[in-house]
Amino acid sequence: MADGLVQARGLYKRFGAIEAVRGIDVDVARGEVFGFLGPNGAGKSSAMRMIACVSPRTGGELQVLGMDPGRDGPRIRARIGVVPQLDNLDAELSVRQNLEIYGRYFGLPRAHVREKARELLAFAQLTERADDPVEPLSGGMKRRLTIARSLVNDPELLLLDEPTTGLDPQARHLLWERLYRLKREGVTQIITTHYMDEAEQLCDRLVVMDHGVIVAEGSPAELIERHATREVLELRFAPEARPEPEVLAPLVERVESLPDRLLLYTADGERAQAEVARAGHRPLSALVRRSSLEDVFLSLTGRTLVD
Amino acid sequence: MSALETPFALRLLPGGSYAGRSRMLLLRSATAARRAWMAFFSGFFEPVFYLVAMGQGLGSMVGPLPGPDGSPISYIAFIAPGLLAASAMNGAVFDSTFNVFFKLKYARLYDAMLATPLGPVDVALGEIGWALLRGGLYALGFLAVMGGSGLLVSPWALLALPAALVVAFAFAAVGMAATSYLRSWQDFDLVTLVIMPMFLFSTTFFPLSVYPRWLQVVVECLPLYHAVELMRGLTTGLVGPGMLVHVAYFAVMIVLGVAVAARRLDVLLLK
Repeated sequence: MADGLVQARGLYKRFGAIEAVRGIDVDVARGEVFGFLGPNGAGKSSAMRMIACVSPRTGGELQVLGMDPGRDGPRIRARIGVVPQLDNLDAELSVRQNLEIYGRYFGLPRAHVREKARELLAFAQLTERADDPVEPLSGGMKRRLTIARSLVNDPELLLLDEPTTGLDPQARHLLWERLYRLKREGVTQIITTHYMDEAEQLCDRLVVMDHGVIVAEGSPAELIERHATREVLELRFAPEARPEPEVLAPLVERVESLPDRLLLYTADGERAQAEVARAGHRPLSALVRRSSLEDVFLSLTGRTLVD
Repeated sequence: MSALETPFALRLLPGGSYAGRSRMLLLRSATAARRAWMAFFSGFFEPVFYLVAMGQGLGSMVGPLPGPDGSPISYIAFIAPGLLAASAMNGAVFDSTFNVFFKLKYARLYDAMLATPLGPVDVALGEIGWALLRGGLYALGFLAVMGGSGLLVSPWALLALPAALVVAFAFAAVGMAATSYLRSWQDFDLVTLVIMPMFLFSTTFFPLSVYPRWLQVVVECLPLYHAVELMRGLTTGLVGPGMLVHVAYFAVMIVLGVAVAARRLDVLLLK
């Protein structure tokens, strides 16, 4: 992959006795939106920090923008943008100053950052709050400002660590729309998330991580195709009426048993629902839905993503 | 200053620790201070209050004291250089401890900075530089008060300001290095525990001769003692080669402080 912006081979990270990333291979091509999907503690953020050149790797190979983070950290950081998991805006500065001063850290001239800040305030829909302090901004506004800040150096590669965690649905959709706009402008993005809807919305390609390794890789559609069926029938039972999963298994391709419900994987959910009823089972509720990345993760690891 | 210190600090740190852009942190601090200038200037008044209260109040009861050359000087003239040194120390220490700790642990400002091409040496020098400017400004204000009160009697006093900057630099560097080892706000009692007795004992208010010999030795090891002696010599015009010892003392503090602070930022934030 000659045009790869990020190339990792056997990338490995250990903190003392804890192996956070246990040898992963990653290739991110120019212009794509690449995702790390996995539960908390899967090693996504550690991988991201190594790519962002703020965490030295313990082992393996890593190239970012064709350079080695261990040797060329500052040169790489000059050309990437980073949106950390927790906002670290400068509360002692105004909204606008946050952008201008941050630009100055990159060595950009004063006139340039002033113009850039104006442009980014519009992008983040914060022009009216430009001279306000940062603290009273809503969570969504702070997040947009953090993203705007990460764009101040016109990065070729944007790293977003859990970009919408903690935001309400409306703020999330607004943020996704902005990220989509950046994608159309050709900005390569790497996103970590533990929300499957976010990964499905944003990512061209993703890897599913669990316990520091990659357990699957592909586009959201490919992964669903490969690791789940087209539809899922979700059944909730009263505890005394709940059948053993093995009883329902012959009716469908696969059954997953969760504490509060049974998931029946099948190409045709409606038909499976009818067969369950014919077999004499009486669920409290039944829901047929399309498979999602959540199901992929469940199938790969036997656990749910958000718990 | 930065050109002098970085080669040593760089040798202790991995490559890419210094982008040569620490002045951008000064720009950031100056911008932030413009938004909160009251808090900034409040620190100037403390030593002035001491000067008035102790110098006028206590001074009227104490009478003259032996000056640096042994000839008697008024009590207020005796304590003024000590308070000048203390004002340089206070500004530097306040900024490099409380403010740095907050930015390091709570605001995570240094994480944001290190995501740019800036390295730990830029951050350490920039923050120490701001703390030393703050200490230097307080010293300048206090020097003006001294001048207005007729307490600057020698042309050597012109050197008191650069000397104050050196003192502030040393305290800021060691203050930031020490802060990197603090774990919680409770640990700041330790800072007070060090600063307060140093302020009282470092010949600020009494000459060294009033102490028993063992305490004299302890006092002679304290950095503020060297700062006070330096200031007292410069403002009263009793200057000798012995002063180079004081300057050397601060040079060691500066080099060690900057190197340790940058190294600790690297260990804490780039893991």
